[in-house]
Amino acid sequence: MAVAKPRSFQEIILRLQEYWAKHGCAIMQPYDMEVGAGTFHPATTLRALGNKSWAAAYVQPSRRPTDGRYGENPNRLQHYYQYQVIIKPSPPDLQELYLGSLEAIGVDMDMHDIRFVEDDWESPTLGAWGLGWEVWCDGMEVSQFTYFQQVGGHDCTPVSGELTYGLERLAMYVLGVDHVMDMPFNDPDATIPLKYRDVFEQTEQEYSRWNFDIADTDTLLQHFKDAEAECERILDAPHVDPKTGKSIIMAHPAYDQCIKASHLFNLLDARGVISVTERQAYIGRVRALAKMCADAFVQTDAGGAAAVVS
Amino acid sequence: MASESGRINMADLLLELFSEEIPARMQRKAGDDLKKLVTDALVDAGITYASAAAFSTPRRLTLTIDGLLKESPNTREERKGPRTDAPEKALDGFLRATGLNKDQLETRDDKKGQVYFAVIEKTGRPASDIIAEIVPNVIRNFPWPKSMRWGAGNLRWVRPLHSILCVLSDDDGNEVVSFDVDGIESSNLTAGHRFHAPQWFSVNNFENYRAELKKSYVILDPVERGEHIWEDAKNMAFAQGLELVEDAGLLAEVSGLVEWPVVLMGDIADDFKDLPPEVLITSMKEHQKFFSVKNPKKGRIEKFVTVANRETADQGATILAGNQKVLFARLSDAKFFWENDLRVSMDDMAAKLSNVTFHNKLGTQSERIERIAALAGELAPIVGADKDAAIKAAQIAKADLSSEMVYEFPELQGVMGRYYALAAGQGADIADACVEHYSPLGPNDDVPTSPVSVSVALADKIDTLTGFWAIDEKPTGSKDPFALRRAALGVIRLVLENDVRVNLGKIFEWGLIAHRSPRPNPKDEDDYTGLDKDMNLLSFFHDRLKVFLRDKGISHDIIDACLAMPNNDDFVLLVKRAEALQAFIKTDDGENLLQGFKRANNILTAEEKKDGVSYELDPDLKFAEDDAERELFAALDTAAKSIAPAIKSEDFAAAMQGMATLRTPIDAFFTAVQVNSENQMVRRNRLCLLNRIRNVMAQVADFTLIEG
Repeated sequence: MAVAKPRSFQEIILRLQEYWAKHGCAIMQPYDMEVGAGTFHPATTLRALGNKSWAAAYVQPSRRPTDGRYGENPNRLQHYYQYQVIIKPSPPDLQELYLGSLEAIGVDMDMHDIRFVEDDWESPTLGAWGLGWEVWCDGMEVSQFTYFQQVGGHDCTPVSGELTYGLERLAMYVLGVDHVMDMPFNDPDATIPLKYRDVFEQTEQEYSRWNFDIADTDTLLQHFKDAEAECERILDAPHVDPKTGKSIIMAHPAYDQCIKASHLFNLLDARGVISVTERQAYIGRVRALAKMCADAFVQTDAGGAAAVVS
Repeated sequence: MASESGRINMADLLLELFSEEIPARMQRKAGDDLKKLVTDALVDAGITYASAAAFSTPRRLTLTIDGLLKESPNTREERKGPRTDAPEKALDGFLRATGLNKDQLETRDDKKGQVYFAVIEKTGRPASDIIAEIVPNVIRNFPWPKSMRWGAGNLRWVRPLHSILCVLSDDDGNEVVSFDVDGIESSNLTAGHRFHAPQWFSVNNFENYRAELKKSYVILDPVERGEHIWEDAKNMAFAQGLELVEDAGLLAEVSGLVEWPVVLMGDIADDFKDLPPEVLITSMKEHQKFFSVKNPKKGRIEKFVTVANRETADQGATILAGNQKVLFARLSDAKFFWENDLRVSMDDMAAKLSNVTFHNKLGTQSERIERIAALAGELAPIVGADKDAAIKAAQIAKADLSSEMVYEFPELQGVMGRYYALAAGQGADIADACVEHYSPLGPNDDVPTSPVSVSVALADKIDTLTGFWAIDEKPTGSKDPFALRRAALGVIRLVLENDVRVNLGKIFEWGLIAHRSPRPNPKDEDDYTGLDKDMNLLSFFHDRLKVFLRDKGISHDIIDACLAMPNNDDFVLLVKRAEALQAFIKTDDGENLLQGFKRANNILTAEEKKDGVSYELDPDLKFAEDDAERELFAALDTAAKSIAPAIKSEDFAAAMQGMATLRTPIDAFFTAVQVNSENQMVRRNRLCLLNRIRNVMAQVADFTLIEG
């Protein structure tokens, strides 16, 4: 029954893609913006809203500036990959499907201890929360498993089931690697075998330095304000586009600005210029944007709004 | 089967609610709730039972009820309604309340005429019908602390609910109690361990269910799982000459994470063994839910215990290796924080707190620390601490709040400060103050005794109290968001248990003045004297003190009698007085003297009121007519001579002794002497004598406030 072990980081990604494609998910590509987690991808945040069925899976590069360790920590990175699966409505066998995905990437269920440990997920910046677990494999958190209850202040009906895999950590475990930088990125027998180190060590150093010490806080602050203003401006635009005569609510472009603001906040946080009290205020400002975007999205077709009779 | 005849009308119920993993911390209470809700509803419906028990695992809540009535009894209830000539409305109301129509009512003769009667007869119903109504109701309204929806349904449960097993059994067999909750149909099926025995199987009754589950790698009873874990873990540690660090909370949690506990012990890499034990224990517990294993000889944490949820062919070797790897990463983080923190001086750590707001009306943490340091300096000589040491300790005691370790593990505040202070070469008294100045946290928490810690602990709490008083954020009713009652109790215990002699009123004024902006010169007496008059912080303390002393057996009136005396902001003095008085009042002399005092006081008060004068002159022995009267004169002279110096030297026992000598002469006086003599001169003199009793006793306490 045990599946052959994968040999590289990318093989694990490919197997997950294949598994979830086989189970009916649309395999999407990463969102082309800096985000802190796969949840921020509009394929999750926005698509969890409204009553339309949805199933998607994708890799999302994620940035956590405060987690930078100059590439020295065995598994902490300021840039890493998440694998994200979202299915709406959540199927009754989602736990089994999930366990199947672990088997597909070579986790031998007979030898490991898989546990679902309470971890209620909340994103104060997205105004979102859900109940679920962190999934432990031999004491290591390998995934986050969440039933979305609310996003952008809206109740999720039906409920989406969301799975988030921390790819590096999971892959290190499956591949038996102790330090992320030692992990084979492509096949070890490839003509040009590459390790994670060859791809990312230098960038971890560069970004750690920039995130913690160099990023210009005045500029970041200004960008934050700009993104906030632009988001509001986009949503203030009249729904009917004078050029085409159609109702075009620009939920996604507005949401891009929300994502931007969120990442800028994370950078400011890493620079240590946000005090505890200010922190709440910033999070509240991003949440207000997320909420406006959600309000806009549910008025659109993809958001499940009834077709407008013309 | 004669012996079974008592059970002929009895059945047993087995109910299992099978779901995705229930948070460990909620399982115990959910089991209790399930038991209570179902059994209460059964009893309400007339179904009594012999015993009930609830169990939980990560995936199931189970209830077993023994000796249920198979049928609810027939009932007949008569209710008297309105008179037949009563208005229509009254009859309508009665019909609504009884659920009958007019034709079903009986008419009976009553004293005042004809009256409607409702006779409601209920035939008994089978328990299975009643259960089929009760259980769905309980499921739909279950009091989970947090519940959720899933898929496209509307049912709420703690996590998706998958199956309901509901079987009623007796000696003849068993039946499924059949019902449906949002598409989930009840059955006699359950499943075993998620990985070891995932197949579904049918069960007949509780004993069979429990036994089959065990064969399917599920220990149903959380207590049994806990004992199993504890025994195995303890033995494993013992076998290597080590000790398991006890943690009941963690044990309960871990028992709720597994259906089939398998205990494994692993090593902590040498790189980490020199981290402070608190860091290891906290990191392993918080992140990994590991127990810590201590080497008692070295006082170090050297191993960990983890509990897996399954057996494996390699006896858990892979699982343990995985856990060890995770721990390595976690402890690498902890070590990273520890080493980074050690590179920063405590002054620099403290300086970072100038960016951290304590409360928007009370400034930054740095400003708060500055106030605490100033106050600790003032308090130092009072508590016998070195002033410079107290100030230094206050300046660095909260510095670790900006350390990386405390950011990661807030519960290590103070503990880390001590390590960082020692590493920076501070003395033990200053380092200890980092931990101890937070104490006492609760009523049973130890109170620090080292003078430096005491001065900082007092200053910290008084600054908090005076601060929130100054911005008018006092606790009201049950609302005490800043734990000010706890802080006040802390001050009380610090003062009393360390015998700190201080007039707190003055200290509160110092504290209050520090919250004025711009801050006046604290030496400028005029500026702050009487500042607490309108703030009532001292009376808040007096209330807390009453609660505190009541628990120590001193009644509120005794405390009131002592609070009425001068220096009532010196709590050590106050308590000494109250304890002596309480002890005295309990004696025979004390009780009788109190009565004598009351009699004297009542007479005097009444006569003073009647005459419109105060009898405050010294009574004169030459107007004494009776021996008893003359003896009282003498006794009062003697008592006054012993009480005054005793009070002055705070020897309250001696003062009480002095008062006890008054009991007999006062009693004799009232027996022999009529105060309201015909002779006005004699009467006035006697009233002044009563006043003398009052005055002598008033040196000790205000006896008018004592009940009894």
